[in-house]
Amino acid sequence: MSGSTPNTGANRIAGKGRLSPAKTVMFTFDGKSYNALEGDTLASALLANGIHLAGRSFKYHRPRGILAAGSEEPNALMDISRDSARRQPNIRATVQPVFDGMIAKSQNRYPSLSFDVGAINDGMGRFFSAGFYYKTFMWPQKAWDAVYEPFIRNAAGLGVSPDEADPDHYANQFAHCDVLIVGAGATGLQAALVAGKSGKSVIICDEQEEMGGALLSDATSKIDGKSAQEWADDAKAKLAEMKNVTILPRTTAFGYYNHNMVTLTELVTEHMANPDPDLPRERCWQVRAKKVVLATGAIERHIVFPDNDRPGIMMASAAQTYLNRYGVAVGSNVAIYTSSDSAYSVAFDLKRAGIEVPAIVDMRDTIDQALLDEAEELKIRVLKGFAVVGTKGRLRVTEIAVQPVNGENVETIAVDCLLMAGGWTPSVHLFSQSRGRVKFDEATGTFLPDIYTEECISVGSCNGTHDLSEAMLEASTAAKDAVGGKAPKAVKVVNGPRMSGFHIGSAKGAGPEDFTKAFIDYQNDVTAKDIRLAVREGFHSIEHVKRYTTTGMASDQGKMSNMHGLAIAAEALDKPIPEVGLTTFRSPFTPVTFGALVGHNKGELFDVTRKTPMHEWHVEQGADFEDVGNWKRAWYYPQAGEDMHAAVNRECKAIRDAAGIFDATTLGKIEVVGPDAVKFMNMMYTNPWDKLAVGRLRYGIMCREDGFIYDDGVVARLAEDRFHVTTTTGGAPRVLNMMEDYLQTEFPEWKVWLTSTSEQWAVIAVQGPKAREIVEPLLDGIDLDAMQHMSVQTGKICGVETRFMRMSFTGEYGFEINVPADYGRQVWEAIYERGKPMGMAPYGTEAMHVLRAEKGYIIVGQDTDGTVTPHDANVGWAIGKKKTDFVGIKGLQRPDLVAEDRRQLVGLKTMDPKIKLEEGAQVVDDPNHAVPIPMIGFVTSSYWSECLGHSIAMALIENGHNRMGETVHIPMPDEIIKAEICSPVFYDPEGGRTNG
Amino acid sequence: MLLIHCPYCEKDLPETEFHGEGEAHIERPTNMADISDEAFEKFFFIRENQKGVLFERWRHLHGCGRFFNAVRHSVSDKFIKTYKARQEKPKLTKKEIDAVLPPAKSTPANEPIYADAVKGKK
Amino acid sequence: MAKFSAFAVAKEAMRSNKGWEKQWENPEPRSSYDVIIVGAGGHGLATAYYLAKEHGITNVAVLEKGWLGGGNTGRNTTIIRSNYLYDESAGMYNHAINLWENLSQELNYNVMFSQRGVMMMAHNVHDVQVFQRHVHANRLNGVDNKWLTPEEAKAFCPPLSISKSARYPVMGAALQKRGGVARHDAVAWGYARKASEMGVHIIQQCEVKGINRDAKGAVTGVETTRGTIGAKQVGVVAAGHTSVLMDMAGVQMPLESYPLQALVSEPVKPIFPCVVMSNTVHAYISQSDKGELVIGAGTDQYTSYSQTGGLHIATHTLEAICEMFPIFSRMKMLRSWGGIVDVTPDRSPIVAKTPVKGLYVNCGWGTGGFKATPGSGNVFAHTIAKDAPHKINEGLHLERFRTGRLVDEAAAAAVAH
Repeated sequence: MSGSTPNTGANRIAGKGRLSPAKTVMFTFDGKSYNALEGDTLASALLANGIHLAGRSFKYHRPRGILAAGSEEPNALMDISRDSARRQPNIRATVQPVFDGMIAKSQNRYPSLSFDVGAINDGMGRFFSAGFYYKTFMWPQKAWDAVYEPFIRNAAGLGVSPDEADPDHYANQFAHCDVLIVGAGATGLQAALVAGKSGKSVIICDEQEEMGGALLSDATSKIDGKSAQEWADDAKAKLAEMKNVTILPRTTAFGYYNHNMVTLTELVTEHMANPDPDLPRERCWQVRAKKVVLATGAIERHIVFPDNDRPGIMMASAAQTYLNRYGVAVGSNVAIYTSSDSAYSVAFDLKRAGIEVPAIVDMRDTIDQALLDEAEELKIRVLKGFAVVGTKGRLRVTEIAVQPVNGENVETIAVDCLLMAGGWTPSVHLFSQSRGRVKFDEATGTFLPDIYTEECISVGSCNGTHDLSEAMLEASTAAKDAVGGKAPKAVKVVNGPRMSGFHIGSAKGAGPEDFTKAFIDYQNDVTAKDIRLAVREGFHSIEHVKRYTTTGMASDQGKMSNMHGLAIAAEALDKPIPEVGLTTFRSPFTPVTFGALVGHNKGELFDVTRKTPMHEWHVEQGADFEDVGNWKRAWYYPQAGEDMHAAVNRECKAIRDAAGIFDATTLGKIEVVGPDAVKFMNMMYTNPWDKLAVGRLRYGIMCREDGFIYDDGVVARLAEDRFHVTTTTGGAPRVLNMMEDYLQTEFPEWKVWLTSTSEQWAVIAVQGPKAREIVEPLLDGIDLDAMQHMSVQTGKICGVETRFMRMSFTGEYGFEINVPADYGRQVWEAIYERGKPMGMAPYGTEAMHVLRAEKGYIIVGQDTDGTVTPHDANVGWAIGKKKTDFVGIKGLQRPDLVAEDRRQLVGLKTMDPKIKLEEGAQVVDDPNHAVPIPMIGFVTSSYWSECLGHSIAMALIENGHNRMGETVHIPMPDEIIKAEICSPVFYDPEGGRTNG
Repeated sequence: MLLIHCPYCEKDLPETEFHGEGEAHIERPTNMADISDEAFEKFFFIRENQKGVLFERWRHLHGCGRFFNAVRHSVSDKFIKTYKARQEKPKLTKKEIDAVLPPAKSTPANEPIYADAVKGKK
Repeated sequence: MAKFSAFAVAKEAMRSNKGWEKQWENPEPRSSYDVIIVGAGGHGLATAYYLAKEHGITNVAVLEKGWLGGGNTGRNTTIIRSNYLYDESAGMYNHAINLWENLSQELNYNVMFSQRGVMMMAHNVHDVQVFQRHVHANRLNGVDNKWLTPEEAKAFCPPLSISKSARYPVMGAALQKRGGVARHDAVAWGYARKASEMGVHIIQQCEVKGINRDAKGAVTGVETTRGTIGAKQVGVVAAGHTSVLMDMAGVQMPLESYPLQALVSEPVKPIFPCVVMSNTVHAYISQSDKGELVIGAGTDQYTSYSQTGGLHIATHTLEAICEMFPIFSRMKMLRSWGGIVDVTPDRSPIVAKTPVKGLYVNCGWGTGGFKATPGSGNVFAHTIAKDAPHKINEGLHLERFRTGRLVDEAAAAAVAH
């Protein structure tokens, strides 16, 4: 920067405001560079440069100016970016701090903000009445998808979505505190001071860059002898000293959830020119507070009069904020339209700052004499009982027309700005979100907190308490009640804000008989007429009115408009406001970035990844992985030049010819121990367990009470009172949950203990004719000669303790070797070192699936789907016929579970052995039947069997067990495949190979 | 996110530590093999689905692992109490129930009241 | 009632829209009706409409404790598809799609049915197997559903990430091109308008407090906050509140009611051309005509009638959205809300007669009832008018929970190996 102070706008008033003139930043707006002061919002910076025109409306594309100075802003929505990937649409200029290098663009206009072809809609406005799209665009029928809808869609939408992945990161923070204070205006700060002094933990948050709320815009109040701004600065300094107080500026409390959880978003870097890349962009807080003090203030309402939306027409309180806080004059000739006393201090501040105030147009007949006296003193003309009935100026208001509320004579007044003050709407959003009940207060025309359901308390203007002195007392009392202790000293307020007087609904000129556009919801272009039309068409509930007209559904969520919409609907219905109702306030209070809610749960941390101890070995071997539940499982191990098919064929052949090694660690493992372990196993599984000898294994089937297969796995009996149970990979947690459920809630007297040991054991399957030869020399204390198929011994392998099981899921002689997880890779490598020269190959889940399918072994979840009984799946033998109870015993007896036409698991051999069926393909008897073609079943598993030289498949087919040898058809899109129903055991049906 | 009191850990803990396990106090018949299809339907499928005070099961899954029961109001989502599995269904006092009731009747803020302005006018 | 058309819109525009009539009447209840429908959501209003239109039964009241269309009809994410697995489901939802395709014209109300295509993403081998099973079954049932490779899926929906390094990479998708979205409110309003025009009484702010029965147990009418209303046939179409209502007639239901949340982003220009669903990572997303991304979240884990749920449920869905569509990380959540969904043990609806004479029930649509609205109303009207189910809802009876003949869409999709 050069030595001289850059010009930060012609409307910047020297000596006014809280920003330091020494600190300037540069930004661009629609391609043009401007200077601003550090601490400016984009809105204050634009206004300082004389720019009111900030956007185009949603439907009519009307030119719109900056209306407010806070998060309620409906018009000035901008596209803000640092670079192409760090761009965000629809940012309210009134809350976005300007930082050096910021790129701001207006939205929803083409080709430019001042000339927008979309504005043609404005002239057509009468055709675009509320809900018009429900009544047309229906002919010709085809045109909806092709013409009408694309047209509507292109016209709608505001900003442009980001189109690059978000390079920033976000954080999440959980917090607990004694008192959470939402809002750091006068009452919030006072509550924090009182609560903070107690030493209890306090969090105070405020959505704005600087804490202080309306105090920062207040040039008249004296609090404890200080100016409002001094008092705020003092309070903040005191709070900063308190170690038990967490101060969160730029932090919006956006949601109030069950059991006193309030969620906040903190903008961490959005105001910085060069944020440290280690900083999160935003931080989402989830705060569980013992007590919540809601000090959320009130929002000034606009006035619904004809053409109330021209740039330069804005809220009176906003103009006061721009003047007193940012040192910016919103105009040089500023009229005011009011129904509230609060507008007078605005007029006086402006006038004292040297700005012309040609008139205060006050629709009330009776006005406090003190205000009138002060106006007279400042030579401001007050038009009592007058209304603004029209405005002129295309891109900036130039003239207003005023008329007595009860009269005819119209006078025009030249202006370059018009301020509106329609009274104040308490911000009960969070209170309402907490499911508190509000009630309508006739005297002030507002909904106020009535019945609380959560541990919270509203103080100050969000509670309808506008007198600052009373509000301070309310805040002190609330804080004291929350933390205990003595009542604090009363705060003395002199010349506090005057907030009385209001108007809701349509003002003069916007009545039922007027043909004017008087906007209620600026962003969604909803006018008073639209509300009346909705009522006329029978939309009488406020929810109906809202949905039909879209009032209150824009990105400001009706913060300014809701009360007007309600009042106009009530008027049209000739009903009191509370009988029409108020729409529900929902989270979030202001829009929240997805990324902030997501926090760190993205990319690798999106979900837990479980890896076996041998995982890195598989990676080194070039394995491809599949996701099974949270696990990464080696799928196949392609060698150079191999595709999946070739790799799987090679792996399968290696096992059948020599041996294979497989990582079975992911199977769930549960240790079932205790004197009643057998009894418990008998209850959980369909099988009988009494006669299973110690040292033997058995394949177990588990059902739910409904009789359908829930899980399966091999169970080892290690001792009379100890079972080593295995489950499917994905089923482990739910099986343990179900076991715990029965044990804890149905059979708590049984002496059984359950322990998940899934993570304790690495499991290495060694399968194939050479399995014994490979493994034997590594063993210690295990007698393979004495070891029958389906048995277990404990001993050592490679010097490591093992539960050594002889079993097979491939149909070959083989073992599943459990070793402590930490030794998994060491043992695996030792086995592989020995096996490799003998032709052993590592095999993945795909080869495992092929091999087991060749044997007709089922995979629960693939060959069963939650509607399959043990009988259906050919494992009816696993049901203990003599058992009097087990989970599923009754379910299995039900009529449909014993019906004839059930789908049963069978094998399928395609007539052409080279054709492999598709898994999921449907089986039919009559492929030439007209659509819908009756389906008798489907293919559950299908593979090319390299060992058998033909394809194999399993299928669930109606009455399949009784249809062996019959031909069925599998209609594909381009052909009909014929197949023969056969036994699902394709390979070694006698089972001799498992004996080596 | 609910705040749930685990009766075993004796602490109020966030809902994400727990797993909802459905309606409480459904006893598994001791003669399961002999019950009728209707009785099985009632046991396994039929649920009270109470609007109001309900009894439900939770498991402190990411904690002590214990199953327990809770009394909650299904409109306000507020708990009256939690208690250990197998304990008898507690008798509730009016005071306990009143404390968890949602605000009386429909509120203008939350459930808009339908105003029939044209009654009789057509 | 005046016909809606571009011409009518233009004509009314010329006279400041003063001539539009009420879209539906708000009559006082009569002392009795032929049929009472409890619940003026989409399904209830459609039932009344089809009773009048197809069965000539116009002496019908639809009773609503709140305002019509204010329940799940006005709270859902409006996804319409019919690529279900079982014949019972595919039959029902395909019947609905057939009706959706002409609904705007039939009702003379633009329900904005937009056949943008619904794409269901597969993220693991199990998903692939399940979706291919759907594709094959759908083809034989005459339901369109096509398998797409990840690249084809990306071409259909450009914001989709098909990065192989994603935690759960996209392995393919099942696309139903006939599927899409519709404007939910308009569906309720359109049915209400036509039903009202044919003489159906839609009575809002009228809560049913009891179901009256005669000595033999047959239904004789209902007690309401607006008095006793007689009817020999009562159809309960009350979604989350079905258990409460059926209990009034002594019928206990296999239902549980859960909060289901949804949310929308701020509106943006068109960026998302279709509907994408992922059951595996829990993400359901489309873009509305207004420009908002419409996102469905999951149910909370406890039963509730509160229409609110925990933020962590919505957050979980946004994680999935940002994972699949990384460009949306900087988008903002504008509004969130909840509904109450009634869930059956097999996740399929019940559209049936009940053990009580004259009492019928249409419920259990869980998280996906909107798509069925026309089909559900159509066959439920038939069931009431004929006192017997339509062929399409024959299998969706209550007895299946006794016999075990479930229509288990959930089991067929959700069991992982």
